[in-house]
Amino acid sequence: MLKLASVDFSRGELVALVGPNGAGKSTLLGIMAGLRPNYEGACRLEGRELRRWRRRELARVVSFVPQSLRLEFPFTAEQVVLMGRTPYCDGLFESPADHAAVERAMELTDTLPFRHRDFRALSGGERQRVVLASALAQQPRVLLLDEPAAFLDVKHQIRLHRLLGELCRQGLLVVAATHDLNLAASYADRVIVLDRGSLAADAPPRQALDPGILRSVFEVEACLAADREGRPWIRYET
Amino acid sequence: MKPDRPATVRLGRLVAAGLLLALVAAAVLPLVGSARIDYGRAFTGLSPDKEILFQARLPRVLLGLLVGGALAVAGVLFQALVRDALADPYVLGVAGGASVGAVLAICFGWSRWAGFSAITVSAWVGAAVVLLLVVGIASQGNRMSSFTLLLAGITLNSICAALLLLLHNLADFGQSFVVLRWLMGSLEPVGYRTLAWLAAVVGAAVLVAFHRAREWNLLAVGEEWAMARGVSPARSLLIGFLTGSLITAAVTALAGPIAFVGLIVPHALRLRIGADHRLLVPAAFFAGGVFLALCDTVARVALAPAEIPVGVITALLGGPFFIWLLGSRRRSLWL
Repeated sequence: MLKLASVDFSRGELVALVGPNGAGKSTLLGIMAGLRPNYEGACRLEGRELRRWRRRELARVVSFVPQSLRLEFPFTAEQVVLMGRTPYCDGLFESPADHAAVERAMELTDTLPFRHRDFRALSGGERQRVVLASALAQQPRVLLLDEPAAFLDVKHQIRLHRLLGELCRQGLLVVAATHDLNLAASYADRVIVLDRGSLAADAPPRQALDPGILRSVFEVEACLAADREGRPWIRYET
Repeated sequence: MKPDRPATVRLGRLVAAGLLLALVAAAVLPLVGSARIDYGRAFTGLSPDKEILFQARLPRVLLGLLVGGALAVAGVLFQALVRDALADPYVLGVAGGASVGAVLAICFGWSRWAGFSAITVSAWVGAAVVLLLVVGIASQGNRMSSFTLLLAGITLNSICAALLLLLHNLADFGQSFVVLRWLMGSLEPVGYRTLAWLAAVVGAAVLVAFHRAREWNLLAVGEEWAMARGVSPARSLLIGFLTGSLITAAVTALAGPIAFVGLIVPHALRLRIGADHRLLVPAAFFAGGVFLALCDTVARVALAPAEIPVGVITALLGGPFFIWLLGSRRRSLWL
């Protein structure tokens, strides 16, 4: 059960959504992505209630990267990314412009080297990047991600966060649910802390992740340090 | 499979190859059989070549092409809808309903209604009843999902199977034999009028399945995946279920539940050409048709003059072929 008073997002923001298991992160993302239309209250995108958007229009504005994807059938990585062009395609096959968008999305996510491989044969991190590429191929203005870095190696985690930062500078709103508080602290402009379905904090990382909140919400003892560039860094006390 | 080739080129080659194969099958398979026939004599109207070709063998080969193609396409569709590679055209209950209808007609000795075979008409009615029930149950309360569809389909399938056992149990010895033969599935020579309406129904449904191939791709990945890309999963599921059921009901009413084609042809094709339904649907139509026409020819001549039920041959020939396909890492060069 998610009970939020009110949260606003604007373009160009990189927002981290954190909270313990069951806090409602995925539920909130699902509502914002238009996948759970049975919410109560209001959820407006660009001034219009989400339920009143046509699905196809919404898919051109908002794209969603699920936590993981399992496939039963042998689609190639490229075919998975091509599906991101569905909201733009009318014919049976994609246009050259669609292929160009797919090429670009796969380049950004470093997935071109295995574009013709069976998606099911890829590693967890490779799959996650392919799914991200499929969401980018939708050319959204809002990008919602559920644990996007869960299976990525260090190099690709850093690349992912650079990419998300770059997308924000281009004017996208990016909201990512994550369990890695340090990543949230170092990359996000703003951190939303959820606790059992309600808002515990909504502030820049330094305020949102202060030791008091970490204690009351996450039930851990931690202190907030700063790295060389002055970005916050959380040290858990074990 | 050459995935770097544009999909449109691959589709063109695939359809050309499929058409060619189907034409060759339609031309060559009627020549096979215990009585030797000659095209020259048949086309100049000489007996018995003319009758054997045009009234016995050709309609049966054409029926095999249509039924096999239809079953393979229905298999492709249902596998995508329920995201289960082990689904077949019979899993969602409609064929069960058709069978109950047909067996009722056999047990009550109905023979003809309004110029149509009562077995066929009764099978249609049975299929329609089950179809309505599955849609009703699957969309109860909430919207239709792959899960509710599968659950409703399997439940009605089990009920139909129980009814079949009951009817079979009540039938007398002669009827029992007819029922058993019907349930094995077989291709009998049919009139050209019947072939024409079957071709119209199957052709229209296959075109719908092809036209919406992009939706099956999305559903085969997941319902949220489809929704996030602007496609309503409930609507696509309903259209896919109606299309696949129409195909299954049409062919089951004529040929009975022929096993294996709808399960194995989609699999074998996916190994070769991948999972994209824009290629898979047309490929399944041609490959399924040629496969069944071929199996039926074997069923007709292997123990002639006795006939083997074609469902036996599809499994006996298709099974080993599929195992070979699984093991072989060779890829065809031109698709």
